[in-house]
Amino acid sequence: MSAVLADMPETVAPATSKAIAPSRGGRPWTFYVLAALFTLYVIALYGPMFCIYVLSFQDIRGGLVFPMKGHSMHWFVDLFTQVRTGDVKGSFDRSIKLAVIVTVITVVVSFLAGLGFRKRFRGDTFVFYMMIGSLVAPGLVLGLGTGLLFQALGLNASWYSSALGAQLSWTLPFGVLVMFAVMSRFNHVWEEAAYDLGASRWQSIRLVMIPVLAPGLVAVALFGFTLSYDEFARSLQTAGSLNTLPLEIWSMTLNVTSPSLYALGTVTTIVSFVVIGASLGSIVLIQKKRGSSAKG
Amino acid sequence: MKKDRGDIELAGVCKSFDGVTNVVDGVNLRIADGAYCCFIGPSGCGKTTILRMIAGHEDPTAGEIVIGGQNVVGLAPVQRRTAMMFQSYALFPHLTVRENIAFALRVRGQSKADRLRAADAMIEKVRLTQFADRLPAQLSGGQQQRVALARAAITEPRVLLLDEPLSALDEQLRVQMRQELRRMQQELGITFIHVTHTQLEAIALADLVVVMEQGKIKQAGAARDVYAHPHDRYVAEFMGGQNVLSGRVEKVNGASFTLAQAAPSGIEVPLQARANVSVGDKVDIAVRRDDVALVRPGRDLPPGCTTSLPSRVLAIEYQGYFVKVMLDTVPDDEFVAYVPEKTFFADPFTVGDVVMATWATGSALPLA
Repeated sequence: MSAVLADMPETVAPATSKAIAPSRGGRPWTFYVLAALFTLYVIALYGPMFCIYVLSFQDIRGGLVFPMKGHSMHWFVDLFTQVRTGDVKGSFDRSIKLAVIVTVITVVVSFLAGLGFRKRFRGDTFVFYMMIGSLVAPGLVLGLGTGLLFQALGLNASWYSSALGAQLSWTLPFGVLVMFAVMSRFNHVWEEAAYDLGASRWQSIRLVMIPVLAPGLVAVALFGFTLSYDEFARSLQTAGSLNTLPLEIWSMTLNVTSPSLYALGTVTTIVSFVVIGASLGSIVLIQKKRGSSAKG
Repeated sequence: MKKDRGDIELAGVCKSFDGVTNVVDGVNLRIADGAYCCFIGPSGCGKTTILRMIAGHEDPTAGEIVIGGQNVVGLAPVQRRTAMMFQSYALFPHLTVRENIAFALRVRGQSKADRLRAADAMIEKVRLTQFADRLPAQLSGGQQQRVALARAAITEPRVLLLDEPLSALDEQLRVQMRQELRRMQQELGITFIHVTHTQLEAIALADLVVVMEQGKIKQAGAARDVYAHPHDRYVAEFMGGQNVLSGRVEKVNGASFTLAQAAPSGIEVPLQARANVSVGDKVDIAVRRDDVALVRPGRDLPPGCTTSLPSRVLAIEYQGYFVKVMLDTVPDDEFVAYVPEKTFFADPFTVGDVVMATWATGSALPLA
């Protein structure tokens, strides 16, 4: 580099350095513009939620808007004790149960689909597009259709039947797509090696595939759980007489005019974070376990 | 025990993936028990497919594969008592070295204490004791290879199949691991079948070298046989170290024939096994590159040399103990002389010099 500079005519050197050299040690002005843009983005993303969390900690005089009136846990207690706020506890129970069922089915079916799609088979693209189709279909319409179908068949719509089905139409394609990405990193030679060493198909799945794919399976589970836990559009017409949590929150926005609504928002967010934290934690744990057994 | 023999016989083995072209086309081969056999050929010649068929990962479309007197077609690898070492080793990334090696015993339902003891004994054999608790990702290429070897060997196979085992290693390590493979083979006393596309690797290791092209065996024999006495142009060119020339037979006189070439006197070739040559036939001959001597025009030829071809030096490469001199001796084929370093520098040539390329008449080899 220095040799190149030395060869340059002296008259040219100052002009070039002025034109392209950034100020020494500092950042270019574009950095500050982009940093400001990013800050605005983060505020827009988290600001509204943050308002809700803050307002949920008001005391008994609290209202639905700023300014904040005192601070206490009053509205959290109110949320779980007052009947007039609706069946929060019941709907929360149902939502968690439903999300767990959806998660289990999503993980199992996605894993099996991942196994199935390792090789090409007749009609594989058709199956794939059918699956994607259910992903892009408008949720509200799909939910409406499911509700109508149940009615036509003379079945009662409920959260564990029709709503479960409607939610799976949403979580399964997601789960399978994630599984495809996970499977693409699985080297099929590992299976071959297991077979060579005398493993049965089931042993090869249990001892090689599942452990290797475990972090990916946790990711699929996380997807299934969160998509189900806050699913609204598809559940609206399919949940039947008993609401899931998002439906309960929605109905509360229509008739509850106290910060307990906000308290509910805070609680559900905490649950979401706990689930996400547990998932990420288990991925880390899986990797750490490998690392520690490797060191010991 | 009769069952433990690891001799292999391939009889009319064919494999087709699409039902139209045969990737492996009627291969017949006998490999002795405890032999080190190398399959060599360019990629796509079917050598890996043969290996996978012997291993039980692929079924032949036709033919028989007999190991130790037993037809094994349709049997699982474990029933065949074969084990395979995969090209990229295929070590299980979530298991430690010890667990990887114990895997075969685990799926057989051996108790944890038993299988870990057996694994530790094997780990010692491949000198990995201090790495027993590491994950494959924490090992070097050479160490990974040893794990793969140990993992395959713990099943006590009668045949070990190695698919390009050295291709993932760098040059220096390759030579070192090559020796290690040979050592392990002698220690285990079982048949090794090794697939490679590197000539040096094959002739350095193998008792039996099998040269393949387009699904067929071109030549199978001892390393020295295949290198020094190639059957045909393909084998000669693939194994290297030979100059291949072609021409028409000018006259046949008793024990030799003369090949018409650019040389004024033609090229005299001893007849050897290929007795049925007649005037006018197109014939390929091979001359080893290290048998070629270069003489300045006008000087006497060394004793025993009757052929001398005027050539121009095209390029010179210093190779250490010899010098590679590239010549324009024959119009269509490459012609190279490996001149010993001391001989070369006693009277060095430069590019563009005219020299006479010559060799002892007896060293020219007619090809099929």
